[in-house]
Amino acid sequence: MQALSTIHSRFVPLQMENVDTDQIIPARFLKATTRDGFGKNLFRDWRYENNDEAKPKADFVLNQPKYSGEILVAGKNFGCGSSREHAAWAIQDYGFKVVVSSFFADIFKNNALNNGVLPVTVSENFLQKLFAQGEAATVTVNLEQQTITIDGTGEQEKFEINAYKKTCLLNGYDDIDFLLSIKKDIEAFELQR
Amino acid sequence: MSKTLFDKIWEKHIVKEVEGGPSVLYIDKHFIHEVTSPQAFKGLEKRGISLFRPQQIVATADHNVPTINQHLPIKDELSRLQVQQLKENCAHHGVELYGLGHPYQGIVHVIGPELGITQPGMTIVCGDSHTSTHGAFGAIAFGIGTSEVEMVFASQCLMQSKPKLMRINIEGELNKGVVSKDIILHIIALISASGGTGYFVEYAGSAIRSLSMEARMTICNMSIEMGARGGMIAPDETTFAYIKGREFAPQGEAWEKKLAEWKTLYSDADAVFDEELHINAADIEPMITYGTNPGQGIAVNGKIPSGSDNAKALQYMGLEAGKPLLGMPVQHVFIGSCTNSRIEDLRMVASLIKGKRKSDKVQVMIVPGSQQVSKQVKAEGLDKIFEEAGFEIRQAGCSACLGMNEDKIPAGEYCISTSNRNFEGRQGAGARTLLASPLTAAAAAITGVVTDVRELI
Ligand code: SF4
Repeated sequence: MQALSTIHSRFVPLQMENVDTDQIIPARFLKATTRDGFGKNLFRDWRYENNDEAKPKADFVLNQPKYSGEILVAGKNFGCGSSREHAAWAIQDYGFKVVVSSFFADIFKNNALNNGVLPVTVSENFLQKLFAQGEAATVTVNLEQQTITIDGTGEQEKFEINAYKKTCLLNGYDDIDFLLSIKKDIEAFELQR
Repeated sequence: MSKTLFDKIWEKHIVKEVEGGPSVLYIDKHFIHEVTSPQAFKGLEKRGISLFRPQQIVATADHNVPTINQHLPIKDELSRLQVQQLKENCAHHGVELYGLGHPYQGIVHVIGPELGITQPGMTIVCGDSHTSTHGAFGAIAFGIGTSEVEMVFASQCLMQSKPKLMRINIEGELNKGVVSKDIILHIIALISASGGTGYFVEYAGSAIRSLSMEARMTICNMSIEMGARGGMIAPDETTFAYIKGREFAPQGEAWEKKLAEWKTLYSDADAVFDEELHINAADIEPMITYGTNPGQGIAVNGKIPSGSDNAKALQYMGLEAGKPLLGMPVQHVFIGSCTNSRIEDLRMVASLIKGKRKSDKVQVMIVPGSQQVSKQVKAEGLDKIFEEAGFEIRQAGCSACLGMNEDKIPAGEYCISTSNRNFEGRQGAGARTLLASPLTAAAAAITGVVTDVRELI
């Protein structure tokens, strides 16, 4: 996993609530047996008319060149629905390193963290401020400090992240590295139960 | 100190606490299927490690499989490859596979319980959000992502933070025509599709205790649709009677020992929950959804609510706020999925439609949850009833619940479905899903329109 610390970038505003994983990556793309290449199908049915790559829907944010960046900002309850990790893979493969929302579905949040994508939970108020920024606005997400700042206005919020997960992200470790390191404890646990 | 059911199981499975972090939780049973496991197997190989406890894993093929001519090679190339990959991975790593053609094959959340693999007090995971189903037996069961599948492969453990606990109490008797699917749709409509996020839910109360195991599974199954990590119900005599004698249930002395242990699994009288909800069973009516998340549901005879968050959903669904759904024509009825494809669900449908014929205007598909359910359907002669009614019975799998195989609903058409998700495009691009109970779905099959099942019984 890639290490992550400070991201300074413009952002793509997806002003929608309850974005479910079936929208992030529709089921028909789950037939792959590798983790690669999901980015091109991210939000597939919102992105293209009749599933036709030659016909991008002009009103969808990913198709608007004025928006870009490594940060996706979305409405409340992002990532609800299925446990498909393909949703996190699609977001990462597309190039997003951070997703900001006022609320994340649990499984998605875990999946994102396990793939080096940082979910940043902000207040509804801060989220609306982000949406109100122009397309040129940039934000800075500082994982070490656990802050997100709108660079233009200096407005800032702290965000929560579990200390263990933070260490993992900062160092690019994952849970398996840790679990393998405590195998003796696991075997001992099995014997005493 | 008094403990909740969840606490009792959780504490027994903690291998180690991590400073400032999640706990290391030991996993008893791990179910896998073809869609969310290949990348985890690849991950193991990349790390050069083997499966830690292959005998604690059970695999099946369900998401991708066709529901007709399962004896023939799968036509869709990608699906075929995925199913083939599962077979190879299981053979290579020594995992028991109930694949296509096996008498135990079926939807992963249907086969675990029916084989007696799912038992009280266990921790159970699967790379599938509806793993919450198994909580009906008084287990901590939840869905995980593929990276976590890999973690369990590597160590039989997961890094987990303890969730908050919610108890939902449903007291009293259910109205005529109201079944467990209506209870859960009612709850989700009440607290919204995100109202349970961060929580693990225990369902309790006299209405829950009166339910069969199948009905309890339907409720726990949809816990995830309110955002909850999982749902559970304390095991009781109904649970024990269901498990006893099943293929992998403990036997003889082992049974007695387990039984004594299972009987300690309940929330103590003064256990404290972070959140508690009380619902009167008599307030629940047959439910149906109108929108594109499972929280957008109403009583079948109600009107579609207005509200700014509904606008996008109603546009997709081609529906109007303020109007009733009752009487609206539907083109498809799908009876299946891990929510409602068990023998009891199919008996319920059969008893309503016996001697009747479906409307000419609807196509009705029944997809049993497993090969064993199919077998039972035939043994009880339910297949005759379905055939006479003009229903099409298929072979076991997820089918039109997520439309990964060819069972899809055409764009723009309406489908009353006993599944669990009405998301945009879930049953096929542009398909419009109305979630309901098997009874309400069967009623619509007969009349061709959204119907209040109470008028037919
Ligand atoms: S039936 Fe539907 S919800 Fe259940 S496991 Fe299959 S795809 Fe998932």
